[in-house]
Amino acid sequence: MTDTLHPTRDSSTQQVESRTSAAARDALHRRRRRLRRWGWGIPLWILALLFLLPFAWMISTSLKPDVEAFTVPMQWIPNDFRWENYTEVLFGERSILPAFGNSVLVALLRVLGELATATLAGYAFAKLRFRGRNVVFIVYLATSLIPAQLLLVPRFVYFQQLGLYDSLWALILPGMFTVLGTFLMRQFFVSQPGEFAEAARLDGANEFQIFFRVYLPNALPMISALAILTFVWSWNDYESPLVFLSSPETFTLPLALTNFTDETGAMAPGIAMAAAVISIIPILVVFLIFQRRFVQAMTESALK
Amino acid sequence: MTTATTTPPASGPSTANRTRRTGRAPSDPKPLVGWLFIAPNLLGVLLFTFVPLVSVVLLSFTKWNLVSGLEGIEFVGIDNFLFVLQDPKFWRSLLITVVYAGVAVPLTLVVGLLLATALNRDVPGRALLRACFFIPYIVNVVAIGMTWMMLLDPSAGLLNQFLGNFGAESLPGWFASSRWALPALILVTIWAQAGYACLIYLSALQDAPEQLYEAARIDGAGRWRMFRAITWPSLLPTSVFLLITLFVGISQSFGMIALITNGGPGSSTTTLSFYMYQTSFQFYRFGYASAVGLVTFLGIFALMLVMWRLQRGRALHD
Repeated sequence: MTDTLHPTRDSSTQQVESRTSAAARDALHRRRRRLRRWGWGIPLWILALLFLLPFAWMISTSLKPDVEAFTVPMQWIPNDFRWENYTEVLFGERSILPAFGNSVLVALLRVLGELATATLAGYAFAKLRFRGRNVVFIVYLATSLIPAQLLLVPRFVYFQQLGLYDSLWALILPGMFTVLGTFLMRQFFVSQPGEFAEAARLDGANEFQIFFRVYLPNALPMISALAILTFVWSWNDYESPLVFLSSPETFTLPLALTNFTDETGAMAPGIAMAAAVISIIPILVVFLIFQRRFVQAMTESALK
Repeated sequence: MTTATTTPPASGPSTANRTRRTGRAPSDPKPLVGWLFIAPNLLGVLLFTFVPLVSVVLLSFTKWNLVSGLEGIEFVGIDNFLFVLQDPKFWRSLLITVVYAGVAVPLTLVVGLLLATALNRDVPGRALLRACFFIPYIVNVVAIGMTWMMLLDPSAGLLNQFLGNFGAESLPGWFASSRWALPALILVTIWAQAGYACLIYLSALQDAPEQLYEAARIDGAGRWRMFRAITWPSLLPTSVFLLITLFVGISQSFGMIALITNGGPGSSTTTLSFYMYQTSFQFYRFGYASAVGLVTFLGIFALMLVMWRLQRGRALHD
């Protein structure tokens, strides 16, 4: 912004000249930097919009009658917005509200159960010494490598025997006790100094008081990170419901989304996309509110 | 451990070191307390993970179709495993898995790394950009799958409309053609996963050694050289981590395939994980499916070990 030289008291022309060129260089530098900023920025933004194009299509189609979904050329902004797609999906014959409720219930119980069991166990693995701890830990390490898909068949059989098949408990129970959550919490508690416990112990606190009053409050950021991760996994899970649920009343959202077909059995684009948009909103809200914690949770679980 | 309780923590350097290193309190609580703390989690893990794991191993030695009931379980020794090795469908699924993961994973890494290096610069609206690329990763597979099915519709889909503008003569049939279904799946997978790779790379890039760049700049190193000599080696552990997790994740998911193509057309998108899903929950051959699952798992596990070893060897050399 200062291309012109400010008047100075220095009379030496040489000095003035060098200042002029310095100022000019500065300005050039700034301009070049701004150019470079946008030189990278504009292509990146175009790419980002391309990445989001499927979502734009989703929203656009959710506001159209089915017959207009595939007009050529694509009409991004519908002639009149068909909000009835949304009212039908929410309150119509095949309302997804029950499925929405199921998803909320499963996610909440999974998060609560996971937090309760994983913080306790993670703390014990990190900070308490007891006989057999290492053996149990090795068993945990080994099971952490087992893919969930391998366990679907035996879980299916046991759930059928126990009467849990086709009930939400088939999703909730396995999700409450996870090895990964325990590892994440253990990793956090290991990084905490042991002196806290020592001091509290000298003050006569018992182990539960030490855990609840000394360590747990410090762990809140990690706990909320784990809560977010668990919520997202639970909300998006499609494979377990596909295997363990069979009657529409028990469907969670991802499974219920597959219901929106027309008379011929083909997908009905308008209401299907309206339902898809609704299924995404909670995740998007969680993501936008907790973005920093969310990113931290993702990277933390990656670099464990 | 008794030394820690009898001597004051600050008395000797060795004790102090040990306490600091393990981060543990120097005195032992009652052993029962530890078990009480892990009991809820341990019981759940035993019941819902460990018991099923043992069961799947046992099941893999049996012939059992769910329809015949629990009495119908028949012990067949290693027959299932022998049959896996002779099963043309298994080998075909293996090939499809190798192609699917072998193309999708490296491309996801490349796209993620490119995005991360671009985002690591001073660009306007960085946080928002990062969010844009990441959002596909956190959206459920059904919403994504349904949308892409329509975007990739052979006649009326947006992509083929776009390609048609360029006067392309025969447009790809995507999910409707046995030739293009796998490429379409790869495309959607990269789109959905690249944001995750980008996020992880970005956090690794931010930890990159700044002094080294400074030194290299003074030595007059060019940008490509700096990337090869500094950035890439410092990203290697991250790359291997992403390679392993993405490979495991991609080779084990069957949700998208079950939703969009159901393994077809023909068997062009029947990956191993989908083959296992099909054998167990569409044909109910639980014994054989368990064997397929175990063989797959052991194969992936061996591959993971190899990749991890390679990385460790490389890291030591540099």
